[in-house]
Amino acid sequence: MSEKIILDYGSGGKASQRLIKNLFVKHFDNSILSKMDDAVLISDLQGPLSMSTDTFTVDPVFFPGGNIGSLSVHGTVNDVAMLGAIPKYISCAFILEEGLEMDDLDKIVRSMAIAAQEAGVLIVTGDTKVVPKGAVDKIFINTTGIGSVIADPSPSGSRACPGDAILVSGSIGDHGLAILSHRQGISFETDVLSDSQNLNHLILKLINELGDVHVLRDPTRGGLATTLNEIALQSDVEMLIEQDRIPIREEVEGGCSFLGLDPLFLANEGKFICILPQESAARALEIMHSDPAGQGAAIIGEVREERKGKVILRTGLGGHRLLDMLEGEQLPRIC
Amino acid sequence: MNLLSKFKDPELCHNILGQIKQDIQGDFRFMEVCGTHTVSIFQSGIRTLLPGNIVHLSGPGCPVCVTHDREIAAYLSLSQKDVIIATFGDLMKVPGPGGKNLKLAQAEGARINIVYSAFDALNLAKENPDDKIVFLGVGFETTAPTVAVTIKLAKDQGVKNFSILSFHKLVPPALKALSADKDIRVDGLLLPGHVSTIIGLEPYLFLAEDYNMPAVIGGFEPLDILQSILIMIRQKNDGKAQVINNYKRAVSDLGNPRATKVMNEVFEPSDALWRGLGNIPGSGLAIRETFSEFDASLIYDQDLPEVDEIPGCKCGEVLKGLIAPDKCPLFGTRCTPAKPVGPCMVSTEGSCAAYHKYKI
Ligand code: SF4
Repeated sequence: MSEKIILDYGSGGKASQRLIKNLFVKHFDNSILSKMDDAVLISDLQGPLSMSTDTFTVDPVFFPGGNIGSLSVHGTVNDVAMLGAIPKYISCAFILEEGLEMDDLDKIVRSMAIAAQEAGVLIVTGDTKVVPKGAVDKIFINTTGIGSVIADPSPSGSRACPGDAILVSGSIGDHGLAILSHRQGISFETDVLSDSQNLNHLILKLINELGDVHVLRDPTRGGLATTLNEIALQSDVEMLIEQDRIPIREEVEGGCSFLGLDPLFLANEGKFICILPQESAARALEIMHSDPAGQGAAIIGEVREERKGKVILRTGLGGHRLLDMLEGEQLPRIC
Repeated sequence: MNLLSKFKDPELCHNILGQIKQDIQGDFRFMEVCGTHTVSIFQSGIRTLLPGNIVHLSGPGCPVCVTHDREIAAYLSLSQKDVIIATFGDLMKVPGPGGKNLKLAQAEGARINIVYSAFDALNLAKENPDDKIVFLGVGFETTAPTVAVTIKLAKDQGVKNFSILSFHKLVPPALKALSADKDIRVDGLLLPGHVSTIIGLEPYLFLAEDYNMPAVIGGFEPLDILQSILIMIRQKNDGKAQVINNYKRAVSDLGNPRATKVMNEVFEPSDALWRGLGNIPGSGLAIRETFSEFDASLIYDQDLPEVDEIPGCKCGEVLKGLIAPDKCPLFGTRCTPAKPVGPCMVSTEGSCAAYHKYKI
């Protein structure tokens, strides 16, 4: 029988030490972490810094295209990067449910190490707690990231200007559909994989080459529609989006129509919205297409002045309608 | 081009739109009586493409919205008794008299289970033999046959702790009431695709014969809807109304005789209360005496309590197409999808909710 996590592992005693050494220090493998002091000394970050924290809970923990470990690194790396920053260091805190398989934890931690290495960040400090069965669902991970901001001025949701072009870095809805279909035990002919990935390298290229990028934001929870609405409100502008130009994979489109979901409201974990002056749009698209993380990128609309705070969708037919935020969860309907 | 994308094809749609613009004479007011049509007309942007003299009205086509305050009061009162209520999720947040709804009742201790079908409710009864399960039967001809099958199954299997509170409604009698109402000026009816798959063409024929009302059974894709509008406009121009099945790929003129048979076996037409339209003779479905052991209104002696209407809510007028949702003084201010005052703002297929979600 394989080993399971027991409460002792979070006691701070010998068992905890063993877990830290044999698992975290081994996989995350860097000289700062292995010092094992109460806190880490960071001496090479200067100027404006970008910092972000997020707690990850996902059911299922392992999903097509990733797991909670890779997701917890990608999510925080991307959030730090959205300010036009180079993510450098990450902390992580685990809350583990008693009875979690050690093999599963090992896989998760290994995925975190790989994701961190790909992003070029170091996981430098962490914490582990084990709670009794039922107190959490298998595993919760919090990660906090920090990095130096290189964009000046740095991108912000309040900087979208009328006339700007709106780009998205790739296909929409993959992660949300991968999770939901897996959760419902439904598999489609072509498996839909989560898009969970690091975006920091592509963002660095954009900033380096284009200079001023007005808005960068990753449309995670609530999806593209919700994030566009947030930006429209923050910047007090209208967003006009061309439905035809929004990149959506055929499998995702099909799966959504089967499950009665709208891909525009599904979470993404490896895509970003980029809003910048019209004259930089073509170059931005080229840069995205030349990077593995921006393959499906497209210009999907423009920022306008008219209906402030609203997102308007120009439909495939050429009609117009509001693209609103989602109002809670959809419930099964009657006819 | 696959079949479905053909019905979304912009070129084909614009072709029909061009013909609509060419043929229309004066104003044309059409009403759809199916929530799925309402949503599709907004979602595809058709509303903003039609010429200005076409007025689009949403009728009583959302089963949640037409459920009467007294019916809501009845199931809320039933939820206070020693039963487990099994219901479609849609009904949970529908506000009844005094702003009460099933969600609040649940918070106060009522036992309520969300189910996806009457069949799930029957299973719930079998899994919990010591509890009494009541399924809330709300919906049109589309839902009623499966409920009927479930009741028959319960009888065959001798399930004793399962019953239905039937507030099912029939579409044709409501259309009759609408057509007969002199206040409601409608030039054509877009008939519901889903309901028609069950009942077919025949039950609508009176619309043309008795009321000279153009009426078209239409599908839900943009091309379906535009074609149906064009057919209605041409009928009006000719002065000769007909009932047309323009959704032949899904609807047989005869409907689904097996479904209607089982529906008629278990239910019989009864008078029913509709929000906005009031009492319409023969527009409801009561459980027949042979199956009375499954009739929750008899088992629990549950009548329809007299109640005051929700103050300020104009759902009744909205459902009759007398006012557009955004003309209700509460629309978007006191009444929003997050805090709905009336049922038309709750259901995803309600006209107030659709206006709020999609209208620019
Ligand atoms: S906006 Fe609200 S209050 Fe007004 S008619 Fe619609 S549901 Fe009723």
